[in-house]
Amino acid sequence: MSALAFVELDGGKVKKSSLEAVTYASTVADDATAIVFGALEAGQTDLIGSAGASKVLHVTDEKLASPNIMAYASAIAEAMGAYDMLVLAKSSLGDPVSARVAIKINAALAANVSAVLSGDVAKTSIYTGKAFANTKLNGEKRVVSIKKNAVELKTDGGSAAVESFSPAIHDGDFKAKVTSTEKATGDVLLPEADIVVSGGRGLKGPENWAMIEELAKTLGAATACSKPVSDMDWRPHHEHVGQTGIKVSPTLYIAVGISGAIQHLAGVNSSKVIVVINKDPEAPFFKAADYGVVGDAFEVIPKLTEAIKAQQG
Amino acid sequence: MKILVCITHVPDTTSKIAFTDNNTKFDQTGVQYIIGPYDDYALARAVELKDATGGSITVLNVGEAETEPTLRKALAIGADDAIRVNAFPTDAFFVAKQIAKAAEEGRYDLILMGRESIDFNGGQVHGMVGELLGIPSMSPVMTLDIEGNTAKLSREIEGGKEHIEVELPVVLGCQEPIAEWKIPNMRGIMSARTKPLNVVDPTSDVSATTVDNFELPAAKEGVTMVDADNIGELVNLLKNEAKVI
Repeated sequence: MSALAFVELDGGKVKKSSLEAVTYASTVADDATAIVFGALEAGQTDLIGSAGASKVLHVTDEKLASPNIMAYASAIAEAMGAYDMLVLAKSSLGDPVSARVAIKINAALAANVSAVLSGDVAKTSIYTGKAFANTKLNGEKRVVSIKKNAVELKTDGGSAAVESFSPAIHDGDFKAKVTSTEKATGDVLLPEADIVVSGGRGLKGPENWAMIEELAKTLGAATACSKPVSDMDWRPHHEHVGQTGIKVSPTLYIAVGISGAIQHLAGVNSSKVIVVINKDPEAPFFKAADYGVVGDAFEVIPKLTEAIKAQQG
Repeated sequence: MKILVCITHVPDTTSKIAFTDNNTKFDQTGVQYIIGPYDDYALARAVELKDATGGSITVLNVGEAETEPTLRKALAIGADDAIRVNAFPTDAFFVAKQIAKAAEEGRYDLILMGRESIDFNGGQVHGMVGELLGIPSMSPVMTLDIEGNTAKLSREIEGGKEHIEVELPVVLGCQEPIAEWKIPNMRGIMSARTKPLNVVDPTSDVSATTVDNFELPAAKEGVTMVDADNIGELVNLLKNEAKVI
């Protein structure tokens, strides 16, 4: 079996979640190829090779330089003539592209895949992280969209040969126009982050987020928040994790001043390690935690940041 | 404007999830079913758009007879008529095929649904419907306005959002804060009883995936408490025991 992995770029650099897709592809298939659109910084194809791809299909057409759901789906579907399986990382681009490609090439699709089982069975996360389904993909062509940390990233693969790929351009794919983009710059993107520091109502107000940001910066982490915090506009919606927000599966999730309502837990329970810091020893979140600290966030967080800095030397 | 709102019939967000029959069936014992929370946002925005510009709202669910109270609730919130495709929603592909067929027959200008169902969380149906109909699809949509024949919307992306203009028809997966959830009033509930609810047969398509069995996550081993006056110990545990920093 051969597999194609869709690799997304963020400012010319490959996204780590996409490298995980490459590793997933190389794990289930005999041979993995990556497809990437737009200009790449130097050294990036080495990362794709290390993650497990033997080849990179590079699309350099100017019309496809910036993300376009319909056009990317058409191009990937065209490339899929030569492959049995497509692997993508779950994202605001990967999700819609995977759905469209599945229809175009008549493939079975499994989304929210949380672990590698085999080429035709995927472990998918369902009921917002409260359960899993071992899902069989029927048919010759298959598409899987994976969650962060579905595989451990491979870093000892070989080198990937770069091949130019020029898909047909369909005018009908350019109907939707992106008129402007608002994007936080310089921050670690929440769905990509290995470590997430999240704040809740216990922090009392948006003016108290500096210490959360300082801790996140020290750890190279992304910041997140609970639903009430986003509802009160203390923090932007794209930081809200939970049942109706972003679902994250980082290696480490640090919850500060969040009581742990079932709807919040649903968005974070795939995290590998959970630390809960709350002044209420009865906070339900402690039951879902690996490590807990009962204490006032305003005292604990600065101390924690200092201790980590000291440890980093 | 003709609007189609597709809704899911899903367990309440506080439901305890369990399985029966050797982990092959969802345990419905004590589970309350609701309109999918994201679908509820889509429906609420549809009602606002209809109030502003006129038109009609059809609400659709792919499900067996037990989902009719959920469709009636959507009628009480403000949909004009309902379609129930009489089949168990086996996977995203099967559901997308049913919606695409209804959409072709009804010639809707706007097809709205939630960004994802909260049972299978795939977030794939809107993209599949768009592709089946050969029209654009966008998700997750946070704001939506219609000007003439153009939808002006914003879509959440990692770390922010993008603003998009696209001609109708279009398929949109919605999320907050596109609208506030609406609670049916007494007049809505009364009128919902007599609004048309049409039951149609499914297409002959078969699902592209099947679930072998379900699993629950492994239980946590228990929390290790660290004294607030000894935070260095937490750093030590994260570094040397959990090996995550």
